Amino acid sequence: MTDAHAGIASHGQGPFIAAIDQGTTSSRCIIFDRDGRIVSVDQKEHEQIFPKPGWVEHNAVEIWTNVQEVVAGAVSKAGITRDDIKAIGITNQRETTLLWDKNTGEPVHNAIVWQDTRTDTLCKELGRNVGQDRFRRETGLPLASYFAGPKARWLLDNVEGLRERAEAGDILFGTMDSWVIWNLTGGVDGGRHVTDVTNASRTMLMNLHSMEWDDKICESIGVPKQMLPEIRSSAEVYGEITGGKLGDLLGGIPVASALGDQQAALFGQTCFSEGEAKSTYGTGTFMLMNTGEKVINSYSGLLTTVGYRIGDQKPVYALEGSIAVTGSLVQWMRDQMGLISTAAEIETLALSVEDNGGAYFVPAFSGLFAPYWRSDARGVIAGLTRYVTKAHLARAVLEATAWQTREITDAMTKDSGVELSALKVDGGMTSNNLLMQTLSDFLDAPVVRPMVAETTCLGAAYAAGLAVGFWTSTDDLRANWRRAAEWTPNMAADKRDREYKSWLKAVERTMGWLEDES
Amino acid sequence: MARNIQSLERAAAMLRLLAGGDRRLGLSDIASSLGLAKGTAHGILRTLQQEGFVEQDMTSGRYQLGAELLRLGTTYLDVHELRARALVWTDDLARSSGESAYLGVLHQQGVLIVHHVFRPDDSRQVLEVGAMQPLHSTALGKVLAAYDPVAHSEALEAERKPFTPRTICEPDGFEEILDLTRARGYASDVEETLTGVASIAAPIHNQRRMPVGAVGITGAVERVCKDGELRPELIAAVRDCARAVSRDLGAGRF
Repeated sequence: MTDAHAGIASHGQGPFIAAIDQGTTSSRCIIFDRDGRIVSVDQKEHEQIFPKPGWVEHNAVEIWTNVQEVVAGAVSKAGITRDDIKAIGITNQRETTLLWDKNTGEPVHNAIVWQDTRTDTLCKELGRNVGQDRFRRETGLPLASYFAGPKARWLLDNVEGLRERAEAGDILFGTMDSWVIWNLTGGVDGGRHVTDVTNASRTMLMNLHSMEWDDKICESIGVPKQMLPEIRSSAEVYGEITGGKLGDLLGGIPVASALGDQQAALFGQTCFSEGEAKSTYGTGTFMLMNTGEKVINSYSGLLTTVGYRIGDQKPVYALEGSIAVTGSLVQWMRDQMGLISTAAEIETLALSVEDNGGAYFVPAFSGLFAPYWRSDARGVIAGLTRYVTKAHLARAVLEATAWQTREITDAMTKDSGVELSALKVDGGMTSNNLLMQTLSDFLDAPVVRPMVAETTCLGAAYAAGLAVGFWTSTDDLRANWRRAAEWTPNMAADKRDREYKSWLKAVERTMGWLEDES
Repeated sequence: MARNIQSLERAAAMLRLLAGGDRRLGLSDIASSLGLAKGTAHGILRTLQQEGFVEQDMTSGRYQLGAELLRLGTTYLDVHELRARALVWTDDLARSSGESAYLGVLHQQGVLIVHHVFRPDDSRQVLEVGAMQPLHSTALGKVLAAYDPVAHSEALEAERKPFTPRTICEPDGFEEILDLTRARGYASDVEETLTGVASIAAPIHNQRRMPVGAVGITGAVERVCKDGELRPELIAAVRDCARAVSRDLGAGRF
């Protein structure tokens, strides 16, 4: 990573900020300089454990070992020492849930990963006669298997003797931020048991308005409050690196931020004003819009979540919409259909024709997500004629990602009353120029790509740097943001409207395919 | 009634001849092996050479198989794949040089811009992906012409317009520039395409060391040059980037 940095502006001089990204498939550590540029990176993958269909687990001990290794690795690659690093921040895969023994530091079970669907039935039961929106007003979330609270309840119900140990106060609950911070700050020897507002907002146990654990909901879901971490802001000093191998190497460095990965990307993209939004295009897509100090209830199927909170400032909220299938549709064209040999070739194929030839592809492979939430829907390719070629389908594949983004954006505007001024994008698919142009055309708004692709780690570094005064304000951070490319809309309004209408018709045709679900 | 085309048959025989044995043959060897008049053999060889299928060694005058044949045999590198691989490195290049970065490939008789990273300031800039640049006057074009035999013949055949008083148009001068480019490993364009604008570019190679594109920076001549010379740290940044992308494509260190 560092070769190409041997350019002009030297960043050999410190001080620096380190950021840990404890992600779904790997743990990484990146060291950043004051301009927000990457100095070094280290990364290690961990095992994905699939005990049963639909179940996904991680070994939390392996993760902690990897985190220590990548931090040491990144520091050594940068050729710097403890004194050069002003703070360390954390961003993490959201909702993944762990319970551990506070006396031994041993996890009582593997961590249950966010994608794990074992709590499906439990969530339906918890909905009782109200349904999945039972706790939405307080938590901003529907009862779905992703969120951490019901996962903790499952562990308490299914691990022998665990509930008694929890009620005796021996068990600690945490998402991965809490696990990493507790271990970094000493573990069994006085480790800090904390989480930040963004991670807490994904447990379904926190009240969005008070930013505290909600007694009633904790009781309803069946999670004893004494095992929950203290809820802190996203940018403050939680403690210092203490003990263990890292203690010898980096002891005393403040642990100064925690943000869920998508919120960290929002922060790294410097979306600090109301109405600013970022969208991360990977296998799936996550879009977050800053809604300022307002908690906006969504009537369009979006999630209401905490964007971030800096120290004792007021919390900043966000609306979140996710698209299940974006990059994975391109992979599907490559692996299942064999129409392309690399993901990037989708653009070449799509560019060989002028338009979609009348074809629309709605990839509702496992139902429709935001804003429809229809699990009875399945994928559809609509508008086929003998004229349609694989190149038209390639267009339709890229347009599917753009239209789905448009639908989320429309839902956000409807809920918040705020028009999207520009969309900041990151993630692997941003290298697809045709997709980015199509996105801008369909949204009728500029689409902007920043120069640092690692917005998630950068967000954690920014929050940690703010906490220790390395950067003085969010204005400092904005000044670091650099535009690498910008796509501006270039499509006639009547054509956009006509195409959108056709897309919506295709979406309608996906619904009701499965008959035994509503 | 289908009739075979004699000159194509002869060309194929020549390629087979060059593919066997010691692979470097003089004109008279080739002509006598195939039972052709020297003039006929030379005409075919010259055509093959223009297409990049045959190369002539400058000093000995002998002929050998050209790089274009290798390229036909290699899996074709998709330009969008090239952009995806180059993305992080060109971001770094723009950031470290303070100038806008471009990635170009040969297309028809010019350079097609397949990737563009804005200059890292807050000025208003327009994405130039899809634009064409001339081969003979730009740094990207000179790199392609110097390393890619097909680009080379395209550049020689095309009309080389003088865009500024500094544009080098006559064939000898142009060849000299290409020799210099190969010797140094980079090309420059100091006010040869646009007055006031300078650029530097270096070649990107794939795992077979075939040139697949060029990467470079462009900026105001006052920033890119100092005391009439290209700033060495900018040359280093461009070449580092080209090497990093090449490595990502599987090219070894060289």
